[in-house]
Amino acid sequence: MRTALFADIHSNLEALQACLAHARREGVDRFAFLGDLLGYGADPVACLDIVAGLVGEGCPAVCGNHDLACLGGHLESMSYAARDAIYWTREQIGPRERDFLAGLPLTVAEDDRLFVHASPERPQEWTYIVGEEEAEQAFAATGARIVFVGHVHEPLLYFTTPGGALRLFQPVPGVPLPLSDYRRWLVIAGAVGQPRDGNPAACYALHDAAAGTLTHHRVPYDAQAAADKILSAGLPEQLAWRLITGH
Amino acid sequence: MATDHRTLAPASASGASNLGEGVLAAGTALGGFRIRDTLHEGGMAVLYTVEATGSSEPPPFPLLMKVPKLGFGSHPGCLIGFEVEQMILGRLKGPHVPRLVASGHVDGAPWLVMERIEGESLADAAARAPLAAAEVARLTGAVAGAVHDLHRQNVIHLDLKPDNVLFRADGTAVLVDFGLARHAELPDLVEEEVRRPAGTGAAISPEQLAGIRSDPRSDLFALGVIAYQLATGRLPFGAPSTLGAMRRRLYLDPPPPRALLPDLPPWLQEVILRCLEVRPALRHPTAAQLAHDLAHPEQIPLTARADRLHRAGPFAVARRWLQARRAPAPAAATPSLHLSRAPHVMAAVDLDDRRDAMAEAMRAALRRALAAEPDLRITLVAVLAPQPFGEESAPELEHSRQTAALVALRHWARPLGLSAEKLRIHVAEGSDPAGLLLDYAAAHHADRILLGARGHSALRRYLGSVSARVVAEAGCTVTVVRPSESNIKIIP
Repeated sequence: MRTALFADIHSNLEALQACLAHARREGVDRFAFLGDLLGYGADPVACLDIVAGLVGEGCPAVCGNHDLACLGGHLESMSYAARDAIYWTREQIGPRERDFLAGLPLTVAEDDRLFVHASPERPQEWTYIVGEEEAEQAFAATGARIVFVGHVHEPLLYFTTPGGALRLFQPVPGVPLPLSDYRRWLVIAGAVGQPRDGNPAACYALHDAAAGTLTHHRVPYDAQAAADKILSAGLPEQLAWRLITGH
Repeated sequence: MATDHRTLAPASASGASNLGEGVLAAGTALGGFRIRDTLHEGGMAVLYTVEATGSSEPPPFPLLMKVPKLGFGSHPGCLIGFEVEQMILGRLKGPHVPRLVASGHVDGAPWLVMERIEGESLADAAARAPLAAAEVARLTGAVAGAVHDLHRQNVIHLDLKPDNVLFRADGTAVLVDFGLARHAELPDLVEEEVRRPAGTGAAISPEQLAGIRSDPRSDLFALGVIAYQLATGRLPFGAPSTLGAMRRRLYLDPPPPRALLPDLPPWLQEVILRCLEVRPALRHPTAAQLAHDLAHPEQIPLTARADRLHRAGPFAVARRWLQARRAPAPAAATPSLHLSRAPHVMAAVDLDDRRDAMAEAMRAALRRALAAEPDLRITLVAVLAPQPFGEESAPELEHSRQTAALVALRHWARPLGLSAEKLRIHVAEGSDPAGLLLDYAAAHHADRILLGARGHSALRRYLGSVSARVVAEAGCTVTVVRPSESNIKIIP
């Protein structure tokens, strides 16, 4: 089974379409959505249509903090630009989209794998896994051997060592990494719709369960078109700018 | 929110199966293979000869199964080394590594099946040492070529020793045991686990002793140890087992080989002692350059290393001891990055082409390469047409034609002001210049071939376009050079 892991699409239709096309060329069997389908970008409804269609075909999907925020509630923990985008998105989506979002679980588990947007340690707290400490807590909260997460907007991997310490690895795009059976792996998929590692190309991860490998891919897409839509929609300018710079 | 996932603890090294805890009996079936007999029982793993029992067509080569020892009290490095080997072997291609066929595990106890190399081991040759200089050069050159192929694939072996080199029937060197190897694009599983430097006491490089596992020139140090051993029958630094004893190589140089064997040619000592330099930057920049030197020993520039007959005195040792206390310079980030700074550029010079503009355009291209690639090697190659039948081809005349060409090539290179270390020259003779250039490029790991566009010399009219065939058939980049004024002419 070859699974394309899409995290943090953030209503970026151009990036989503480019990654879907890339993953299909790579011959994936299915997609898994690691949350934050919405927020920041200008195409919430079009993106949800695509994702909902694939989820209807059996693709796993989990809920992200931006998805939940679109359904209502206070936004104190978010930046002003993020809040503006959430208020705007709430106006765009209808009951159909709300029902779909409300039906998304916080985690999906299958075999020795777990899909979750942020840390599996109290997933509703949306903890960023930004160091060994958070990664350790994440591993402790689940028995899964491979944990797929998003939220961090940067492609990274943490893995266990026989001595107990955790190690961080920065994957090289396009290079299949064998996920040794004798370790546990926490895979941060990178962001489809808003990369923040200085590379504006969209990012997703491809897990090949039969071969036991994981490959991060970078996919160039028309970021200018996505940025122009953000500006036309009257969303904060910085949200357009960061798609161009990848920061 | 409650999650519903199956709890799956990572497979533990002390797995439930007895695989890896003893020696398997002949006839045991495992993962589509049947064990024929035990080939070798080492400290870390047991090797078996196996045959494929699956329904699909078996691979067209003999097979070997490796099962790490995982029983009670086994070394924790066993499993890590196995993981590393499985990870890296699966990524390597070409004739210089055994092909990985399959891998798997039984209740957490792993096995892998790979191609079995049936030829001699370098350890067999080492047992016959001291060997003749030409034999040392041939064997070390073959291993260096294999090491370069590994480095080109972004992998450093880091545990080269005679036991880990086998030869195919045609003499091709094959590197085995990648348990300590490093792939620049994959996580380093060795580094984290081993609190003391990983390697073999006899051959570990000074930078590995400092925990650096990213410098491809560490393998060149090990090649120097191998060449020393083949040439003298002794190990340059003995076989220490403690870190303190291993660190002595940072300031105590080995006895010069010529002090042990006065008849050993100076060029061989030059090569060996250069490989054994403490600072990686003083060794050959690439294994390809080492192999190239060993194939053309008469062109190796001799330095003070070649004549040394004594080990360094106490003052030099004291100075090095102080230097060794400072951290070594960081290495290039990856083997491929390192190799990109040290390409082998082969320039085909047509000595019949009298156009100064062409020679100048070729030299300008070489100057640009020199500026961009500081550790490059340039080999100038000229091809002489064979003497027509009927004419005198006495050996003396032949020799003088060769000498004249060598002199002409050196003269051609003079304006470049190259150091002796960067320049090599080669004169070939034959009626198929393109074929000769292509063979030389393949045999000596050329990264780029530079040659002039078709000119108007009698030779070229006779032979047709050499450049077109080299461009079509070369395995590396080919640059066809045109002087700028002829460039203007061909634009309509």
